[in-house]
Amino acid sequence: MLKTIIILLPFVLIAVFWAMAARERRLANDPSRKSFFERNGAVISTYLLVAVGFWAIMMIVLPQLYMVDYSFHPKLPPSERGGPKDVYTLANYKFFLFGPQIGNEVTWNTTHIRAFFLTIGASMFVTFVNFCLCYPLAFYLAQVATAQRLRLLMMALIVPFWVNEILRAFALRIMLGTSGLINNALIALGVIGEPIDFLGLDIGLYVGLSYAYLLMMIFPLYNAIESLDKNQIEAARDLGAPWWHIHLFVVMPFAKPGIASGCTMVFMLSAGALAAPLFLGGPNSLWFTPIVYDRFFQAFNWPQGAAYAFILLLACIFFVLAVMKVFKVGLGEITR
Amino acid sequence: MSADVELDSVTIRFGDFVAVKSATLKISNGEFFSFLGPSGCGKTTILRTVSGFLDPSEGTVRIGGQDMRGIGPNKRPTALIFQNLALFPLMTVADNITYGLRVRGVPHAERVKRADELLSLIALPDQGKKMVNELSGGQKQRVAIARALAVEPQVLLLDEPLSALDLKLRQHMRNELRAIQKRVGITFIYITHDQGEALTMSDRIAVMNAGVIEQVGDGKTIYDQPATAFVASFVGENNPFAGRVFAVDDGFAVVDTGKGRLRGRNRRGLKVGDEAILFVRPESFKLTAGGEDSTVAAPVLNVAFEGNMSHIFLKGPTKKEITLTIGRDAAGHIPAQGETARVGFDPQAATVLPAGKLASD
Repeated sequence: MLKTIIILLPFVLIAVFWAMAARERRLANDPSRKSFFERNGAVISTYLLVAVGFWAIMMIVLPQLYMVDYSFHPKLPPSERGGPKDVYTLANYKFFLFGPQIGNEVTWNTTHIRAFFLTIGASMFVTFVNFCLCYPLAFYLAQVATAQRLRLLMMALIVPFWVNEILRAFALRIMLGTSGLINNALIALGVIGEPIDFLGLDIGLYVGLSYAYLLMMIFPLYNAIESLDKNQIEAARDLGAPWWHIHLFVVMPFAKPGIASGCTMVFMLSAGALAAPLFLGGPNSLWFTPIVYDRFFQAFNWPQGAAYAFILLLACIFFVLAVMKVFKVGLGEITR
Repeated sequence: MSADVELDSVTIRFGDFVAVKSATLKISNGEFFSFLGPSGCGKTTILRTVSGFLDPSEGTVRIGGQDMRGIGPNKRPTALIFQNLALFPLMTVADNITYGLRVRGVPHAERVKRADELLSLIALPDQGKKMVNELSGGQKQRVAIARALAVEPQVLLLDEPLSALDLKLRQHMRNELRAIQKRVGITFIYITHDQGEALTMSDRIAVMNAGVIEQVGDGKTIYDQPATAFVASFVGENNPFAGRVFAVDDGFAVVDTGKGRLRGRNRRGLKVGDEAILFVRPESFKLTAGGEDSTVAAPVLNVAFEGNMSHIFLKGPTKKEITLTIGRDAAGHIPAQGETARVGFDPQAATVLPAGKLASD
């Protein structure tokens, strides 16, 4: 039954696109307005419809749907899938809240719940740190830097991201280790006597995460601030505003969509990050994504892994929408 | 408190480029003063220096006798109105107007009261709750003025604020600006490349070219007694006749031009043999021949009838034609195209100046 729906869905969606295109053609009473088919020709139109439809279904909708469906099933050996034991169940979601129940006593699954909230909290912190780092830089790039310096700095920002994420995380790990470069330098300079355990204190994790998503924050901020008329900053200054007032009440309100867009991306990506928490996280920080990973590949419990991943995704989406509501940013604005 | 604005041999350089060269002048309290010049002449640079966005490379800017060096734009008793107005698009009209007061920590109730006062001053009562983009161009203009006046500056600086408006509105806003200035009684420093604006509004005008202040004076002086060839050719229409001074006598000079020897006022004290240009305004020509050294004969290229006046274009000594503006009731008959016209002028109304760069070059 479900398989039939899954197979039919792409065709249904393509048909919907087709109907939309046809409707547009009918609505085009204005003779100067060309319909989708007239604009692009029959071959290209058909190709676009099929390609977009296929892409949307195969790459976005179906995998997600499949995983949602998966998360409501029990873990079964392949031979029993589709059999009488393969029923819809909330067991995987229950497991997240209560863990394996031993006896009749209800116990909370504190390890996972704690990791979950820690991940959300730490991601907020990383987003905040990232914003504090990127806002001055983006402002400099967008309003102050000369064209030549802008190019140079952009290069300096982008080129390091050619290095792959795991290599970058390991490099940071070595640098921040107890006998790493930074500790050695600080000891040699006499700033500290004993090496600081950056990784154990999770400083490594925050540094790694903040750096990993730097560009995701800088570019939306840069785009937003760049479109601000310099004269507005000067006008505010001329009217007597100190610099912090200008940033708080002139630049930031204007850049709000960019700030929202950057913060959303960094938050989502941090909460879903895997490499940095694995390589840079201290012993105390149990990030949520490695738990999800373990559900899949250590416990071999794919349904549970799917359920965990969805709990994280929904929580993040809910959180982001709530924050956007508080700051009165529309969903449409952040895509500008 | 007096808020005279003084420039004392102010030079402003950007790298090797000298934007303003040793400018010295004094603008008195309550004056409507204009800087007039073509784009790139340094007038905006002067304005930015007075407002505090630039410090002079050499020389001193004083406001009310106090040296302004190192004092930022947020600390000066000046307010600037930008060419594009630079209103804050995300704030209401009232919030725009009272932004400067908010910065100064004025309480909300007082800000509301002040916004109402200023809105009635600029004839936009009860529009405070609107967003800026709901206003028309002229209304935005007035809001920008109110925003600047809200902080009670002693000097208001205006950087071509009318250039974005259409012609009708621009003429209306000229009167409005002048009226507002009379009402608030503070110094206005106005930047423009439009001589009409400068002449109609200003008490005094400084004409600038290539970083140099060529002449300072009231509109009539600048029009009737230009000090340099640039001023003569930039302010109003003018017909130049270049040549060498042939003779001087009693405040007049005769210049040997491509159109014969012509006579005009010699206010700059030129001597025989000096390179000179004689200027005659289009409206100074008459259709009747003048004296021996105040008559020009040239073929008529074109006649343009414009109702209350006619423009007649004669073949000039250079590529540029000689322009005449003849009133409807003027004596003499208007020549036809192709005729050779003999037109005269009053040497009192002609000006002989040292040779120099013309505005149209």
